[in-house]
Amino acid sequence: MSKWNRRQVLKGMVKGVGVTVALPFLDYFLNGNGTAMASGAPMPVRFGTWGYGLGGTGKLFVPQQTGRNYDLPEELSSWVPIQNDVNLFTNGHAFPDAAPNNNHYTGWVVSRTGIAPESGSGPSETIDLTIAKQIGGATRFNNLTATATADARDTYSYYNASTPNEPEWSPLAFYKRLFGIDFQDPNADEFERDARVIARQSVLSGIMEQEGSLMKTVGAADRERLDQYFTGLRQLERQFEQRLTKPEPIASCVVPGQAPVDVAMDQSTESVKLRHQMMAELMAMAVACDQTRVFNMTYSAAFASTIRTGYEKPHHTCTHEEPVDEVLGYQVNASFFTRRAMESWVDFVEVFKKIPEGDGTLLDNVLILGTTDVGYARTHSVDGMSVFLAGRAGGKIKSGHHIDLNGGSVAQVGYTALRLMGVDAPSWGTLSNETSEVISDVLA
Amino acid sequence: MGLLALGALVGCSPSDPEPESAGTQPLTKLITAEQYSNSLAYIFGSGIDTQVQFAPVARNEGLLANSLATAGVSIGQVQTIQSVASSVARQVMDIENRKHLVACRPESINSPDEACATQFVSKIGRLLFRRALTDEEIATFVEQASVAAQELDGEELDGEELDGFYAGLEVVLEGLLIHPEVLFIVESAESDPSNPEQLRLDANSLASRLSFFLWNASPDDELLAAAESGELQSSGGVERAVDRMLESPRLVDGMRAFFDDMLVFDEFKTLSKDATIYPEFTSVTAQDAREQTLRTIIDHTLSKDMDYRDLFTSRSTFMSPALAIVYGVPAQPGWAPYTFAEDSPRAGLLTQVSFLALTSHPGRSSVTLRGMALRERLLCQTVPEPPPGIDFSVVSNPDAHYPTQRQRVAAHLETPSCAGCHRITDPIGLSLEQFDGAGGYRLTENGATIDATGGLDGFEFDGAIGLGEALSQNPELPRCLVQRVYSYATGGPPEIEARAALNYFNEEFAAQGYQLRSLLRTIALSKAFSLIHKSPSEEERLLATASSL
Repeated sequence: MSKWNRRQVLKGMVKGVGVTVALPFLDYFLNGNGTAMASGAPMPVRFGTWGYGLGGTGKLFVPQQTGRNYDLPEELSSWVPIQNDVNLFTNGHAFPDAAPNNNHYTGWVVSRTGIAPESGSGPSETIDLTIAKQIGGATRFNNLTATATADARDTYSYYNASTPNEPEWSPLAFYKRLFGIDFQDPNADEFERDARVIARQSVLSGIMEQEGSLMKTVGAADRERLDQYFTGLRQLERQFEQRLTKPEPIASCVVPGQAPVDVAMDQSTESVKLRHQMMAELMAMAVACDQTRVFNMTYSAAFASTIRTGYEKPHHTCTHEEPVDEVLGYQVNASFFTRRAMESWVDFVEVFKKIPEGDGTLLDNVLILGTTDVGYARTHSVDGMSVFLAGRAGGKIKSGHHIDLNGGSVAQVGYTALRLMGVDAPSWGTLSNETSEVISDVLA
Repeated sequence: MGLLALGALVGCSPSDPEPESAGTQPLTKLITAEQYSNSLAYIFGSGIDTQVQFAPVARNEGLLANSLATAGVSIGQVQTIQSVASSVARQVMDIENRKHLVACRPESINSPDEACATQFVSKIGRLLFRRALTDEEIATFVEQASVAAQELDGEELDGEELDGFYAGLEVVLEGLLIHPEVLFIVESAESDPSNPEQLRLDANSLASRLSFFLWNASPDDELLAAAESGELQSSGGVERAVDRMLESPRLVDGMRAFFDDMLVFDEFKTLSKDATIYPEFTSVTAQDAREQTLRTIIDHTLSKDMDYRDLFTSRSTFMSPALAIVYGVPAQPGWAPYTFAEDSPRAGLLTQVSFLALTSHPGRSSVTLRGMALRERLLCQTVPEPPPGIDFSVVSNPDAHYPTQRQRVAAHLETPSCAGCHRITDPIGLSLEQFDGAGGYRLTENGATIDATGGLDGFEFDGAIGLGEALSQNPELPRCLVQRVYSYATGGPPEIEARAALNYFNEEFAAQGYQLRSLLRTIALSKAFSLIHKSPSEEERLLATASSL
């Protein structure tokens, strides 16, 4: 009953007393040079992923020059405002080795796990959740995952083969989850404890005590699933704990004034772009408000079903069936879809860049891994694949480079991200995708 | 299953008893959002909003239900369920609802009342956990409710003062609603008294398996009582329970859920059409298309107890205003029975908008998707994925301006690497080409007359009516339903050893005129449904545990 005793103390301290925070925020919560929290802790580096389907169109996508200030081919022409904030890795390979090349699957799974999936098998734990194990416990949400496709199946994040990390697909529902009744505004003048939270904690700890006896009644595979569920309860426990603590003010946290209105749930590039933009803004603000330190966004699924209004074939079908234009020498509509995807990638990076943090922007303190499932869209090849890294990871990384992976595994980029995020893994991936070296060209 | 399902194995005659069966493995299944919601609606009534979304699970051998025994719960999902639990508990304990949802009255609403809390927790806990709670469990929850009642009484929340007794109960109910035994259906086995070497589901697990199978919800009070008293496993007990369940209106919920799963209707959640190509097809059309087919199936199989196979030739259905636009028929307000005329090009489920629109692209029909859907969803066959690294240029000839799909897909059949699979899908889809990607009827495409000749496993026909007739005569059609119902009932794809039982079910299904309710009864009462065997690794583990004690 120790929690109840503490409850009594809190009740005495807080009841009826509003805590007022004086302006200015910046002086209050930052150290002298604005690069660390008042407590002395450095600005946390946050990790995100972004995914889209169906790669690009060869030379229209891959720049000819490497290094900085490289040429932007047609499909990347929208990158101008973010070119210096992103590292572009091209000519990577997702090695299937002995596993079959599962169309639309092997490519992104290797990019995010380093392991080529066996036939019919789901991915192992994806990189975002490996990182969330390390840094996800400090915030209200262990991670946040969203998709712009309006389809709750479209996620590139998995806890294990049978536990996809389900994405939010409605901007309105996402807003409510983030900034609805359970949100504690770090900059609010008043802080009120919900008295029931301590009672909830007590009931929850009673449930957690059942773990041992329940585990004995099931087999090994089911124990893993139950363990996953109890991990969820432990996160809930931390969430309750945080609800009892007045959060530190955060200057860059500006809560959206009103709930968004959901756009039509169709697959047109216009609707997808709009949903993506709305959810990206909500997500970036959730990061700025320190509601999560790990985040994932799906722009389109690997079997992308995005449609171009008035054109009969959705993106994926189009890459298979559209004739190569005799004059231009490429699939015009397929390339249209890739260009739209790249514009939304720019949107995604820019929302982080627009939020000030410390003496720079939020983008300086994040690292975002962007992946796709194939290299050349038309052939669905798993060589010639691209990977992106946006942000500066708290100054640990240089950006603005185009790096040729020379046919090496795309998992090298994932491993580099993993190490930059402080996960102390000697290597990552298996067989031909296994890697133990970070890509030093991008290290600051 | 192979590409073409195994031919009918001639086994026992219909009057033969069920062959020996090893039954199935006991499973730990994740409850679905619908099951969770249905169960809460039974306990608290439909006035409580219990809407919740769970992460979609993967389809396995034709059914989402086959994945529930392997699906996990993510951290985010636990948070979502907690919010719903919190909302449900608050609604149940609000000043109006608690009058009828908490059967007893506390001595004071401001302080703990152990007797009343005990009554509530044991009643609701039993329905939620699908078993009676132990005295110790009840005592723990009641203690938590009492402590919370004292702490919370008089606290202000959203400008209102909490009533301690109900606030305490609310917090405990919230906890019950996220309890692992509510979210996971853990089946357990016991020795079969008539054959101590053999395991069977214990009474509570049998009650749950029956109830989720037939009602898509937790067992009701009566079924749990039968399990607890021993009545369920006494002579004639399970027959009495199953017959009651088959006559209940809740069977409709159960079978709607089954056909939703078998017909891949989860796809309706994301179905949309290009509004510039099919302006008549809206999100209401999509919802109504699903509803039309489910109404047609329930009416045909349960209300009228008609032959399952005739669903694919029957002209009887139901019509809504939004659908009437696509079908080009006169509309009435709301849902009304509708019969397609004898000379109509429509008859049977394959000509309904649900099948036609779901198996098309947003901007056009798909011969291949339709053929594949018929084989996979209705005949339980597997059409292989296209091989990786395929040369797609054969279907992307830049000179080609084919007016119709027939000419477009002809390339598949001329190319050996494509023809193998497309030969089994495309002739089916071609016979449905007089229906566009939204399910509307048409005679021409790009000015050219559509040739709707097609074929299915030896039958040749012209158009959708002929396809429906060929399908209804296909021996794999009822066999596939039997296989799906059995998988759905037991929670996983059938094991090889279940073949004899499946053959027995097929014989019985035929002997009973292919009536769905009879099939449900045969399966629910079978040994294959209730007997249990453990996997070799599991038996080793049990032995190891036993020896270490």
